[in-house]
Amino acid sequence: MQTKKIINDGNRAVDEMLEGILAAHPRHLKSVDGSPRSIIARDGPRQGKIGLVIGGGSGHEPSFLGFVGKGLADAAAIGNVFASPPPDPILECAKAADGGAGVLFMYGNYAGDVMNFDMAAEMAGMDDIEVRTVLSTDDVASAPVGDRHKRRGVAGNFFIFKAAGAACDRMLSFDECERIARKANDQTFTMGVALAPCSLPQTRRPNFEIGPDEMEIGMGIHGEPGIARGKLKTADEITDEMLDRILAEMAPTLGEKVAVLVNSLGSTPLMELYIMNRRVKQRLDDIGVSIHASWVGNYCTSLEMAGASITLHHLDSELQTMLDHPCDCAMFRAG
Amino acid sequence: MTTVDTAHLAAMFAAIADAMSADRDRLCALDGVIGDADHGIAMELGFSAARDAVAALDAGTTEPTTLLNTAARSFLNAVGASSGPLYATAFMRGAAAVKGKTTLAEADMVAMFQAMAKGIQDRGKAEPGEKTMMDAWAPAATAAGEALAAGTGLAGSLAAAAEAAKAGAEATKAMIATKGRAARLGERSLGHMDPGAASAVTVIEAMRIALTG
Repeated sequence: MQTKKIINDGNRAVDEMLEGILAAHPRHLKSVDGSPRSIIARDGPRQGKIGLVIGGGSGHEPSFLGFVGKGLADAAAIGNVFASPPPDPILECAKAADGGAGVLFMYGNYAGDVMNFDMAAEMAGMDDIEVRTVLSTDDVASAPVGDRHKRRGVAGNFFIFKAAGAACDRMLSFDECERIARKANDQTFTMGVALAPCSLPQTRRPNFEIGPDEMEIGMGIHGEPGIARGKLKTADEITDEMLDRILAEMAPTLGEKVAVLVNSLGSTPLMELYIMNRRVKQRLDDIGVSIHASWVGNYCTSLEMAGASITLHHLDSELQTMLDHPCDCAMFRAG
Repeated sequence: MTTVDTAHLAAMFAAIADAMSADRDRLCALDGVIGDADHGIAMELGFSAARDAVAALDAGTTEPTTLLNTAARSFLNAVGASSGPLYATAFMRGAAAVKGKTTLAEADMVAMFQAMAKGIQDRGKAEPGEKTMMDAWAPAATAAGEALAAGTGLAGSLAAAAEAAKAGAEATKAMIATKGRAARLGERSLGHMDPGAASAVTVIEAMRIALTG
């Protein structure tokens, strides 16, 4: 039995989506001539600014190209569904984003992305574009705390890219942009929970099995198995379980500030996200941590997967400045 | 003594593409257990692109090296993902191993095959035993060289490679993944065959049949 999708042809889904996105956001986005999978900000790259290139597989919309715009990323390279883009479109993004000062590559830590972005970085080097890379590794469930560098990058990309994009937009040096990007990653913690699978447009089959009364804590945004499967619990219990792990690592102290992202994996509705967010607020109030800003909605999805993730971004004055810096993207605005 | 030319290599890519289409859903299912269920899609897409790109070349005037580099680039740009850089590097190294030759003798073919395996290892930085496609490619490359040295010819060499790849893929069931996306699973990857090793068997077996079957 195939899943139901509003598509024409599974093999054309990504390109047809891109056509629709460019049609919807002509003021913000355009593709590089001759490289339709390289999406650049109309008002981003400029001379002397560190270029910020992000990217990854499709199926996570509005990640990644929704975060392309002035004040955030200059370009995004678009892969097939759940698959890293190949080096060529990444290289085209680097060329488009280069303002002569260097280009920062930022993406989630996955083996395929690392290989393709590294190949593109080597190719850019041959074109005299200096590239540095900062991987996002915010998924607390994907490796133990001592192996932070092995963790996956998930919805916390939102805060990590935001901080780096602001640093680049403020015309900071390459060293400073890289330092702030790494710091933002170190201060971002995400936990996810999945309730039902998604299906790829090409196969239209569920990408994992899960019982009708089960949930899986820590599942990845491509359906990678998580850390614990059990009976579905209440919103407060699920939120507590996720927050306990995040707070244990983040260890915020009384009076400190965080930013919150409660993100849908695709089909979980805003109603449920806000119920979770209510509990996040209660828990943070209890420990005297204040919420500087919150976002609730679809920011890093996994096609039609049911489930959600919670991300906390631990702010100091520098990261708060970066978060508050204005940006104007096709699918996200701040400041 | 078998000699392989550009037309044979083009036919080999067509055969691998057909085998991958037939195997797509099995590979996706294997990947669904320990990964993100897209491996069969990527492999079918990549080899279909490689088949089409090399079919467009004039086999009469194209050297094997050019054909293999064309296959590499088309595979890479169609797929991205993990399999893109890995197989693209394999074909580029294979191309370098037979540079300047218009027809490939049996020893050239085995050198090409071993260069492919080395390319995958260098790009992915995986060692045998880490539950990746290297667990099929590494023993296959070794077996191919040993069989050729023992005088079995290309047919015997590729047959030995295919057997070793099968055994290697089977052995991944008892391994805990430490590389690639499945590495995040730790012990939960036990008992399942690595999809990259499974597809490597399909590639190698299709090469064997196309070139010597």
